[in-house]
Amino acid sequence: MNHFPEAWGRPRDDVYGAYDHSYLQTTGPKAHTSSPAVTGTSVLGVKFNGGVVLATDNLASYGSLARFTDVKRLRVFGSNAIVGFGGDVSDMQYIDRLLESIDIRENYSHHGNMLNAKNLHTYLSKVFYKRRSEFNPLWNHVLVAGYDGEGEPFLSSADLLGTTFSAPHLATGFGAHLAVPILRRLFPEEMPLEEVSKEAAIDALKQCLKVLYYRDARSMDKYSIAVITKEGIDIKENEVIEGQSWAFAERVKGYGAQTK
Amino acid sequence: MVCLLVWGFGGLRFETSIGTGYDLSNSVFSPDGRNFQVEYAVKAVENGGTAVGIRCKDGVVLAVEKIITSKLLKPGANKRIATVDRHVGIVSAGLVPDGRHFVSRARDEASSWRGVYKGPIPTSALANRLGGYVQAYTLYSSVRPFGTTAIVAGWDSEAELAVDGQVGSGPSSGSGGKVEGAKGGGPGLYMIEPSGLYWGYYGAATGKGRQAAKAELEKLDLSSGNLSLADGVKEAARIIYVAHEDSKDKEFELEMSWISSVDGPTKGRHEEVPKELREEAEKAAKRALEGEDEEEEEKMEE
Amino acid sequence: MVAPHGVTGMLGEDGIHVDMQHLKSGEVNLGTSIMAINFKDGVILGADSRTTTGAYIANRVTDKLTQVHDTIWCCRSGSAADTQAVADIVSYHLNMYGVTNNEAPSTQVAASLFQELCYENKDALSAGIIIAGYDPRHGGQVYSIPLGGSLHKQSFAIGGSGSTYIYGYTDAHWREQMTEQEGIDFVRSALQEAIKWDGSSGGVIRLVVLTKKGAVRHLYLPDNGYTGPGVTN
Repeated sequence: MNHFPEAWGRPRDDVYGAYDHSYLQTTGPKAHTSSPAVTGTSVLGVKFNGGVVLATDNLASYGSLARFTDVKRLRVFGSNAIVGFGGDVSDMQYIDRLLESIDIRENYSHHGNMLNAKNLHTYLSKVFYKRRSEFNPLWNHVLVAGYDGEGEPFLSSADLLGTTFSAPHLATGFGAHLAVPILRRLFPEEMPLEEVSKEAAIDALKQCLKVLYYRDARSMDKYSIAVITKEGIDIKENEVIEGQSWAFAERVKGYGAQTK
Repeated sequence: MVCLLVWGFGGLRFETSIGTGYDLSNSVFSPDGRNFQVEYAVKAVENGGTAVGIRCKDGVVLAVEKIITSKLLKPGANKRIATVDRHVGIVSAGLVPDGRHFVSRARDEASSWRGVYKGPIPTSALANRLGGYVQAYTLYSSVRPFGTTAIVAGWDSEAELAVDGQVGSGPSSGSGGKVEGAKGGGPGLYMIEPSGLYWGYYGAATGKGRQAAKAELEKLDLSSGNLSLADGVKEAARIIYVAHEDSKDKEFELEMSWISSVDGPTKGRHEEVPKELREEAEKAAKRALEGEDEEEEEKMEE
Repeated sequence: MVAPHGVTGMLGEDGIHVDMQHLKSGEVNLGTSIMAINFKDGVILGADSRTTTGAYIANRVTDKLTQVHDTIWCCRSGSAADTQAVADIVSYHLNMYGVTNNEAPSTQVAASLFQELCYENKDALSAGIIIAGYDPRHGGQVYSIPLGGSLHKQSFAIGGSGSTYIYGYTDAHWREQMTEQEGIDFVRSALQEAIKWDGSSGGVIRLVVLTKKGAVRHLYLPDNGYTGPGVTN
């Protein structure tokens, strides 16, 4: 026996040739998450005069299986910021804990947690960008809502690549296709924020959630909605989509020539 | 040579360590089994401002006598009580920088606990880890022991805690098979000394005025568990004022924090006692002291 | 898993160099039906007993209900090797928690440890685990950790390949606060249905009932229509 324990028990070099160590190489590419497993669908957000409203449904899908129907995807940070999560639920839980640890640390200062929604969004987008640069992305698309440093309503998105985007109303996932056009019609670009009431913003989101429930196969009719105002956060987590329209199905017969 | 010296002053060696050589290094015992560096650290503590902690039935309160060392310091700034996680408070007497390092370690421990168990560290577990940490500073010649005695106060939630980041909620009617009155949560109060020794206390005091403070704490009958947090705040303030009597020439600020039960005023979080409440307690403390003086005067008159 | 770049194929011509990807795909899998429920006095865990490698039944009397502490158990699905390794590690940590803190770990602690392992190693593991535990303070609790490593608290959880066939059955028949016998019947008939329709599930039905009295094992055999023998410890 020699003094190279790692060689003990291996086939003899003189018979089989030297071991190709490239097989044991620990450097080089490493495979990471290439697809999310348990996922949430769209997140919707609208700014109004004095605040922001955010909504998601309560579903976490497993592929096409509607597996978990009580998943709260609006996560509160501090006293006046909310993050709405779409995408992978395990990564959402990771980020939620990360934000909780930041809130705990912030409170160690005697001023308490001073981070506003804008700071939080900047931070989150950099976390996302760092992770995508390590080829190990956090598979989420989030909306951050609250106030900026000037005390103005704040709403912005960040995704798994670290891309950011801001607008008076935003939607992720299917919502970007189905909800944004509705929101643009209701709150046109030239309309000043002062003219958007809290009630109008909430109604608009409820309308969007209903359209998404009709047309997004990964959505459900139970949802959460959070209203952020200067008074604080009002969050409802067990709402049901109301006023659906299905009765017209009676008039739909066949798929063309058939009328009965 | 050293050995000869010790035997030579046989009778003296229990009185003092000076000149024996056994007090120069940590990690070296004296022949009669003492670690003089630790004992010197205790001396540093005995010079510090008095700190007390009281474990009440519905919370814990911490108070410290902050001697004003300069008129150039901003009143109310330079806090001496620190928060660890959300539910623990730490106050220490002795070397202030050592106290800060101790708090920093406590925060790291609480954070690492959260990293693994996804929830707040129990006060007892935190005290245990900190005790171990301080003790390690008595073992090596390359370090000196902590010049602080720390009082660690916490409230372990009596409510059922969700795992951090939890989604889903279980049965709407609650979990099945819960045993009524099963032990869980409540106040915790620990004091950790420079040796690493720590005990759990009903009432703890350290620093310059500890003797007077302990005497006052013993009068409170804390072990019966009847003292409310609101009364605890008043008592803590009074005790700091009583303990200050021996160093009356120095001005001081009273700093107080508390942690209530989840349905109490701080909702299980460690917070500074609100200004109004503290000032009220201070007024009562001053009144109590003046009252004592009057009584004594009356006695003199007889 | 480390993908040996530039290396393909199964076994090198020298018979030494091995493709891990290929080995993984040939692993023993618990193509499974598992579940756990809350009931009036605690929790019940249940599982079938079939372990397969491809279509071959490697073990027909497997025990997929694994104890990780006195009254904290788990149901394992996915790779047998992965889930055993994870359960062993959690078991070790819970044991250490018990001795260092002079207090039995809660079900939340167990669920957290399982999640940490499943989430941080999601790229290497194929594990779907249900955790169920009882402690006097929190009562019975059920947590589910599916493939990506997320943690879900549930009133009851089903998992494994067979579970897809009983989503309808369990949802329709689920009631909160069932008695022990009702709970046993619910789990047993749900698993019976899963075994019936899922080729990767089969064999006997094992149950563990966790209450303040501790853990009680049950066994139900296919040759008497899963009617007995019942309690076995």
